[in-house]
Amino acid sequence: MNIIENFELYAPRLIDKEEYFCSGHRACQGCGEALAIRLMCKALGPDTVVANGTGCMEVISSFYPTTAWNLPWIHLAFENAAAVGSGVEAGLKALRRKGKIPDRDVKAVAIAGDGGTMDIGMQSLSGAMERGHDLLYVCFDNEAYMNTGIQRSSGTPFGAATTTSPAGRASFGQKTWKKNVPEIMVAHNVPYVATASPSYPLDFMNKVKKARKVKGPSYIHCLSVCPTGWRSASNLTIKMGRLAVETGVFPLYEVEDGKYRITVEVDELRPVEDYLKHQGRFRHLTPDVIEMIQERVYQEYNKLLDKVNGLHAWSDLKFEGELFE
Amino acid sequence: MKKKKWPETWRTINPGCMVFDAGNARTYHTGSWKAERPEWDDSKCIKCGICYIFCPEGCITQDENGFFRADLNYCKGCGICAHECWPGAITMVEEG
Repeated sequence: MNIIENFELYAPRLIDKEEYFCSGHRACQGCGEALAIRLMCKALGPDTVVANGTGCMEVISSFYPTTAWNLPWIHLAFENAAAVGSGVEAGLKALRRKGKIPDRDVKAVAIAGDGGTMDIGMQSLSGAMERGHDLLYVCFDNEAYMNTGIQRSSGTPFGAATTTSPAGRASFGQKTWKKNVPEIMVAHNVPYVATASPSYPLDFMNKVKKARKVKGPSYIHCLSVCPTGWRSASNLTIKMGRLAVETGVFPLYEVEDGKYRITVEVDELRPVEDYLKHQGRFRHLTPDVIEMIQERVYQEYNKLLDKVNGLHAWSDLKFEGELFE
Repeated sequence: MKKKKWPETWRTINPGCMVFDAGNARTYHTGSWKAERPEWDDSKCIKCGICYIFCPEGCITQDENGFFRADLNYCKGCGICAHECWPGAITMVEEG
């Protein structure tokens, strides 16, 4: 065991002890998304305004008349988390210019689930990123509409059984592959895009801190394990997130100024079956479908490695008389 | 802003259903959900804080001796701390 690993082990004691997302929220046992929010708020600190699109996190944190938030928080409809987040940022800017609020750095953060980001909120997210607001958007991806009863979304992986893509004699579950939203955000020329997982808490918090410092839009895609919807044991939440990274299903990387970097290095990818076998939603899969998933995971991982090794930072690509070869 | 108590009838609901008390979910105790509770064996504990950082409830705190304890009023008994504790200091004990 080297020194860096020892640091990772004892560093939990160094993080902010203040709870901005307090106990008493009504998330299911072992909710990875509640853990992700808790860590995100610890990394962001008190000077934050959270705009929360509808989803599990809005429902479990704010059962009237209680709220689990110790931060300014707005509840929104499904489709406008990014629109209101950018409005908050513009409003704060105007109030600061008129001298109505003290001049200090307050970050607008929009959070939503995978349905609110990938399906319903896609246009408002695209608009906010295109307008270049000083906004951090965090997508908590639990790979289906868990709050309303596990319906498929475009974030649901291939082969997963949900209530609207059930597995049975005629079907093996979800028939489409997961939408790659981080890549769509990179195509918007966003300065900072990252994927994260609360199973690697320090990596996740460092990414949030980095995104907070960016003056401009930033996007973090966070895989949050849902024991209820994934039909996995509640005590395996952290392990499932770790297996998703180790099998290459959800590689952790960041894109800073167009330059890709893998933040959690995996020496050798584990077989994807290790990840699938703990989840009831993949229990019906036959070996040939698992083989298909495995091939796709290798392909996607190679695509990512290709970008990591091949692409240059955008600031290196200035036009200097001749085009880049 | 004046602080309000829990509304008793619909007439006492705040305009816009606003909540004036930040973090008052602490008044709602989720501890009754659990079927198992975590118990710490302090002789094995190395005080690394892994249980603290991975608790989705945020109910684990450090006491004055540096050992960690869960607030059982909020612990839902998910077992993440016991699974992630690599020295094996935490065991899940059945309630009741």
